[in-house]
Amino acid sequence: MKNKFVKAILVIVLGSALFTSCKPKNSGDAVSGDAAQRVYVAPGKYDEFYNFVSGGFSGQMSVYGLPSGRMLKVVPIFSQDPESGWGFSEETKPMLNTSEGFIPWDDQHHLELSQTNGEVDGRWIFANANNTPRIARVDLKRFKTAEIIELPNSAGNHSSPFITENTEYVVAGTRFGVPGDYENGDVPINTYKENFKGHISFIKVDKESGKMDLSFQLRLPGVNFDLSHAGKGKSHGWFFFTCYNSEQANTLLEVNASQRDKDFIMAVNWKKAEEYIKAGKGKIEKTKYAHNTWNDETHTGTSVIKDEVLVLDAMAMKDICYLMPCPKSPHGCDVDPTGEYIVGSGKLAALIPVFSFDKMINAIGKKDYEGDYEGIPVLKYNSVLHGEVQKPGLGPLHTEFDGKGNAYTTFFVSSEVVKWDIKTLKVLDRVPTYYSVGHLCIPGGDSKKPFGKYLIAYNKITKDRYLPTGPELTQSAQLYDISGDKMQLLLDFPTIGEPHYAQAAPADLIRNNGQLKIYDIKKNNHPRVAKGEKETKVVREGNKVHVYMTMVRSHFSPDNIEGIKVGDDVYFHITNLEQDWDVPHGFSIRRAQTAELLIMPGETSTLNWKPTKVGIVPFYCTDFCSALHQEMSGYIRVSPAGSNVPLSYSLGTNLPASSTK
Amino acid sequence: MNKSILLVLSLALAIACGKKEASAEDNYQPGGGEATTEAAADPASYDPKRGEGKYDTVELGATLDQAMATKGEEVAGVKCTSCHKMTDEKLVGPGWKGVTERRTPQWIMNFITNPDPMIDKDPEVQAQLEICLVRMPNQGVSDDEARGILEYMRKNDGVK
Repeated sequence: MKNKFVKAILVIVLGSALFTSCKPKNSGDAVSGDAAQRVYVAPGKYDEFYNFVSGGFSGQMSVYGLPSGRMLKVVPIFSQDPESGWGFSEETKPMLNTSEGFIPWDDQHHLELSQTNGEVDGRWIFANANNTPRIARVDLKRFKTAEIIELPNSAGNHSSPFITENTEYVVAGTRFGVPGDYENGDVPINTYKENFKGHISFIKVDKESGKMDLSFQLRLPGVNFDLSHAGKGKSHGWFFFTCYNSEQANTLLEVNASQRDKDFIMAVNWKKAEEYIKAGKGKIEKTKYAHNTWNDETHTGTSVIKDEVLVLDAMAMKDICYLMPCPKSPHGCDVDPTGEYIVGSGKLAALIPVFSFDKMINAIGKKDYEGDYEGIPVLKYNSVLHGEVQKPGLGPLHTEFDGKGNAYTTFFVSSEVVKWDIKTLKVLDRVPTYYSVGHLCIPGGDSKKPFGKYLIAYNKITKDRYLPTGPELTQSAQLYDISGDKMQLLLDFPTIGEPHYAQAAPADLIRNNGQLKIYDIKKNNHPRVAKGEKETKVVREGNKVHVYMTMVRSHFSPDNIEGIKVGDDVYFHITNLEQDWDVPHGFSIRRAQTAELLIMPGETSTLNWKPTKVGIVPFYCTDFCSALHQEMSGYIRVSPAGSNVPLSYSLGTNLPASSTK
Repeated sequence: MNKSILLVLSLALAIACGKKEASAEDNYQPGGGEATTEAAADPASYDPKRGEGKYDTVELGATLDQAMATKGEEVAGVKCTSCHKMTDEKLVGPGWKGVTERRTPQWIMNFITNPDPMIDKDPEVQAQLEICLVRMPNQGVSDDEARGILEYMRKNDGVK
């Protein structure tokens, strides 16, 4: 035991030494002469792939074109976004609601594109929030967050969102063991082993609408679930999760969670779990979680708080979960396109173990166990192992596949990507990254059908790589051509920070998915829509004032409003009358306490404003819309509280007559 | 003086046209709509009486179709009258008074449903753009809606 600990420390020390020494001295050398041509996308031409990249601590998702590396959009998901008004407008606020109220930020780590028959289908992309456990679904017809579901009994929603091959389920495993919401959580922290549990959530996804529903949770020992992937093909019906901290330490984890030589990959037979649920073996537990959905016709989010969840105690059922020993704090857990091989990456290991699904099924059949872990059978390592990739590099993290029998693994400590043969486990090629690479992505690289042309590495550290921008530097991605025998670096591009996992798909799949160009104003069922200037009005209800406003190139209606008083609660419900592709208008008002609104053609959006000072307040369009954009503006007169200035509004005519006085 | 006005005008036009130019080049029509990529067509082939679009002729009734005009008025209220007055006064775009006397029915139908190519080619529309400085947006008007708007314009011009 002691010896192993020393070894682990050695690996870490060695690792940190390599950390700096391994970065490519002149990475320009790694770029071949025609790299620029191969990533050049001429003006007006389109990229070949969409790359959806997690935004890390920004809470958002960014969208890049490949091979150019051009950023196309940032889609707000878990954090307020002043640019679009996400989380600021009245309609979007419910999307960031939780069981503990409005939460305006999160940490977004992983993304997963929906699949049909194990292939990327371009309909939705799922995103996790680590900090306040949540899963979101982004609709790729609109590039808009359509749904967010909070996860009870979870803390540190890291091993998510990963999906089954027909998007039957999105799963989410908790990183932190904690007592469940339905248990007494007021316990000494040092009772971890006794009181802390891990819950894994299975979220059902509706085939047609994509609507999510927290179907059930598995109650498991309090270990840290790190990453996951679903089985596919022959292993469809199974899910695989890496677990570390099988020591169940609760302090100084960098030492205390590295005691054991092996932690686990947990295999979950989710079809079996479904059977137990059907047979009534689950237990309804009290909890609270928010389920937020976006309605495309009312342009409004709705938040519903649910108060129970179905929990299945997997420790009591002996044939749902099995543990496969996996060396040294496993991180990545990746299943090859055939569904046969499961690659575990012990982040402190100097080899990569590859497990065989067939061998696992065989070992389960023979009850080839070395014991159990809190009631869950532990299979014998050698009985489930396909083999180990020897001396691949230091700090293996994540693996993706090219569909041609090759695997590509990132190495955080030695800063490289290593290509190896899945069957023979021979290392075939290696390239440096710049540097401390985390995840990697091959378009479709975790599906049954990878598009094995490019590989993108997402790097944690970019010291000296770009023009310096102070103590904090940009994060980065690097694009490699993997179409030949040897990987070739083509391009670096900066990313919003910090990119974790990413997904990519052929551009045509996304852009030909029936993309929305405008919101059809005829179908706009927003309760406070103004369909045309004739419907614009200002209505006072006590101290609440509702302004039904429209916008079009190049004016607002109304553009003069009087009779607003200090202390009023003013709601601007603004409808963009345009029905033309790419003509949003913005709305911003002097001393707005929230953000601007950016309103898409045919959409209605609401800004709340509480005037605090007497005077004239201008408002204007923030998105350059036409030659007369600067003219797109208006005035509001704010009178003292209790003033008797009558409420009036106008466009093109000075009203009331008294306002000239 | 004259020169500086011209400069401002052309600058304004450049801005107004900016967004359009990016998409005019496109080899991709999202949403599966009919491709309208006649950008490179010979300007000499443009018929200023007909305009450009799917309408060659439009049959008008001898008298007004009241129901159609009412429908057209509703649509115009949502999609048109923010920019067009019913008088001859210019708002964002020209006033509608007399438009059915100035333009052929097919020209009006083509312009409502297919504005962008016509703004690029029609000499009178280009002259109008120098005054208004805002390109008429494509408001996603359907054929039925456009016909209703035309009838509403006729009503506005005194057809009984």
